[in-house]
Amino acid sequence: MAVTSNWCRCTSCHAGYGWKDKNFDFNKVENIDCLVCHDTTGTYKKFPTDCGYPPLKDKVFAGKKLFKAVNLSFVAQHVGPSTRESCGKCHFYSGGGDGVKRGDIDSTLIAPDKKLDVHMDAKGLNFTCATCHTTTAHEIDGRHYDTPAPGGLALAFPKYEGHRVRCESCHGLRPHRPKQKLFDWRLVKLNDHTDRVACQTCHIPLYARGRPTNIYWDWSTAGQFKDGKPIVKMGPLGRPVYHSKKGTLKWGRDLVPVYRWYNGTYSYILPGEKVEAGPEPIEIIKPNGSPTDPKARIFPFKPHLGKQPYDPVNKTLIIPKLFGPKGSGAFWADHDWKAAAAAGMAAAGLPFSGEVTFVKTIYYHALSHMVAPKEDALKCGACHIRKGGRLADISGVYLPGRDRVPELDKIGATLCLIALCLVTIHGLARIILAFKK
Amino acid sequence: MAQKLYLYSRFERFWHWSQAALIIFLLLTGFEIHGSLEIFGYEKAYLYHVYAGVALVILTAFAIFWHLTTGAWRHYWPVKEKIPQICYYYVIGIFRGEPHPFEKRPDQKLNPLQRLAYIFLKLILFPLQFITAFLLLTYQWWSYLGIEATFRKVALWHTAGAFAFLFFLIIHTYLTTTGRPWYNHIRGMILGWEEV
Ligand code: HEC
Ligand code: HEC
Ligand code: HEC
Ligand code: HEC
Ligand code: HEC
Ligand code: HEC
Ligand code: HEC
Repeated sequence: MAVTSNWCRCTSCHAGYGWKDKNFDFNKVENIDCLVCHDTTGTYKKFPTDCGYPPLKDKVFAGKKLFKAVNLSFVAQHVGPSTRESCGKCHFYSGGGDGVKRGDIDSTLIAPDKKLDVHMDAKGLNFTCATCHTTTAHEIDGRHYDTPAPGGLALAFPKYEGHRVRCESCHGLRPHRPKQKLFDWRLVKLNDHTDRVACQTCHIPLYARGRPTNIYWDWSTAGQFKDGKPIVKMGPLGRPVYHSKKGTLKWGRDLVPVYRWYNGTYSYILPGEKVEAGPEPIEIIKPNGSPTDPKARIFPFKPHLGKQPYDPVNKTLIIPKLFGPKGSGAFWADHDWKAAAAAGMAAAGLPFSGEVTFVKTIYYHALSHMVAPKEDALKCGACHIRKGGRLADISGVYLPGRDRVPELDKIGATLCLIALCLVTIHGLARIILAFKK
Repeated sequence: MAQKLYLYSRFERFWHWSQAALIIFLLLTGFEIHGSLEIFGYEKAYLYHVYAGVALVILTAFAIFWHLTTGAWRHYWPVKEKIPQICYYYVIGIFRGEPHPFEKRPDQKLNPLQRLAYIFLKLILFPLQFITAFLLLTYQWWSYLGIEATFRKVALWHTAGAFAFLFFLIIHTYLTTTGRPWYNHIRGMILGWEEV
């Protein structure tokens, strides 16, 4: 799924205030809506489908939610530093709902306790997003697709180069220091891990600890109706497991991440790029990195599986048109994948063969939020274990407790067993002879 | 009537038993770190292993000093005599009630076979285990120390050494019961006095 051809819906979060046509200049300052981040009144909300404009009259969305008209002058008088809530207006709901996409950023971060997030803990450190995501000339620090997050791997001090977006920037590369004792080998060993294991790996033992997150999204089943009415089937976590507009969905809470080597950059499948559909899911967004890359760490991810429309002739993923009026081909109005694909691909300027099938896909989302209290950090045995450990499929390191040379173990154990048998027989013979006498 | 000899001084006995306890403990914790056992939990196993290893190094340093200053190292000097006879004794003679071909004396406490076994232990196994342990412990500093090795290889040798120790422990423990009466050698190592 991509933004092209779904502009009006999507630009309520994606850059663009008052989008009119494809030639809108995203770089113009006037086109950036300052208030989304700088409003502190909490009343500045955009109407979901109004091309990024806030409602100036009360309006009802989808027959349910009342969107109150925004009193712009009241908001303008209460401009202030960004809050967790103001960033969250977009980030908590990315993917179409609270916590849907990422699993580590959701609305429970407005006022979390320490158990949920040690940094944003409302009664403790009370960090805002911008405490870590410092801005340099209004470029919010972060990974930004293929440029890794700044901050450097060298010893980092607070505000190192004005950037603070890595854990190391505040805590340093060897963050575990003894409090009372002069020396604690256990902490030394924990520090020794940081060259290969990311802080997040040990300190974010589970994700989706706030709200349930979507882990599977199958578009292929979307568009089914019962007596002409849309179906919404709710699951045990209070989230839909089937939705006529979205297809089949699966949700999870308190999930164990998957682990991959990650150097801070991702590979993306670009619109129009040829991909083979095989039995394995197509990796639409996957982390780059390998054990030989000195910048790479073992990092936790949320895997997001699903099924998406695919053009089997051109071998490309299809960008369907989702949102639009009836007759425009938009899937949510006309419920026809072929029409939606044709309209969407035409808007994106990509070829489309007219065929639509569905392929398995996967996205990886790096986890950096909802850092748990230190007591909840991973225990050694979670990784250093023969089978079923967290790092069971991480290659390129010798992980004591998990790895061994099976031949050596066999030879060693066999020799010791032979020795044991020999001395047992020898001893028994001696005992029997002693009794005979 | 059997004659009593004072064979093992107080330090030797202390050294022997604390070394034995440490080695058994290191084997248990070591094989837990290796992933073969589950007793203490990984974290404790790892820390205890490091502490016990350091203790063994210190003990060994004292023992080396003691052996050099008292001249006791001479007991390990390898000799050729009587090796076939001793082998014959353990395979056949012992069952026939024949006497041990080697005569224990305060100035030669170890028979030639023991000398070979112990010199192998002290000159090869101990150094192997200490060097690989040192390397594993300083893994993070290899690049500064100019050491070129792979963690996997060093871990492999350390494990091989552990198996060798286990092998030795099995045979050694059994052989301590071959005295007459069977507990004679063990009593000697506890009290210092042994009947010959
Ligand atoms: C509630 C706000 C919101 C809406 C509405 C929204 N997005 Fe996003 N979207 C985000 C945020 C925030 C990110 C970046 C951070 C992230 O991935 O969570 C994002 C990232 C993306 C990405 C980058 C890939 C990825 O998954 O990280 C794509 C593609 C995308 N959105 C497409 C869309 C499309 C298409 C629509 C319209 C159907 C849409 N978005 C509507 C908030 C929104
Ligand atoms: C994506 C969110 C976002 C948007 C949109 C945004 N800002 Fe900011 N702005 C920030 C962050 C984060 C900071 C850093 C301080 C903070 O937490 O407010 C900041 C800081 C500032 C500061 C400096 C305040 C200080 O205390 O140093 C000014 C002035 C400012 N922004 C003006 C604007 C204007 C004008 C616009 C519209 C053109 C705008 N901002 C749009 C996020 C945003
Ligand atoms: C404790 C510091 C901290 C706080 C507070 C924080 N973040 Fe982050 N955030 C990080 C780190 C570290 C990364 C990972 C940067 C990297 O290495 O790619 C990150 C990454 C991100 C990303 C990109 C994720 C990706 O795919 O790489 C987004 C989006 C984000 N943060 C949004 C937020 C929002 C919204 C808030 C406030 C609710 C917030 N952050 C609060 C530290 C923080
Ligand atoms: C108007 C909605 C909106 C607001 C408000 C907003 N963001 Fe974003 N942010 C986005 C979208 C959309 C993206 C995805 C980048 C894109 O597609 O252009 C993004 C990307 C990011 C990224 C990069 C992550 C990535 O996937 O590349 C970080 C970091 C980030 N935002 C942090 C913040 C912080 C911190 C704040 C609050 C100061 C904030 N954002 C406020 C919509 C928003
Ligand atoms: C903006 C600076 C900053 C960044 C970035 C940052 N931290 Fe912290 N962190 C702090 C401060 C301040 C504390 C509280 C003082 C302390 O305990 O050292 C803290 C505390 C902690 C604690 C101890 C919590 C407890 O139980 O007492 C952990 C664990 C932690 N951080 C992990 C992380 C991880 C993991 C990251 C990266 C995702 C990170 N930090 C990023 C500033 C930061
Ligand atoms: C191998 C797992 C592991 C890794 C990797 C790791 N930590 Fe920790 N961390 C722990 C454990 C376990 C504790 C609890 C230590 C204790 O019991 O005192 C801890 C404690 C902490 C604390 C609290 C210290 C205190 O005494 O208040 C902070 C802060 C912290 N870690 C930050 C980090 C940062 C930053 C990184 C990355 C540079 C990191 N950790 C990497 C396992 C890890
Ligand atoms: C997140 C999983 C994870 C956890 C938790 C973890 N380790 Fe590790 N450990 C690793 C990885 C991966 C390596 C290999 C990294 C390398 O080669 O530097 C490693 C290597 C080691 C090594 C051998 C390399 C060295 O630096 O000596 C030891 C010993 C070790 N860990 C001990 C511990 C102990 C003790 C704990 C708990 C206090 C622990 N580990 C917790 C993942 C973990």
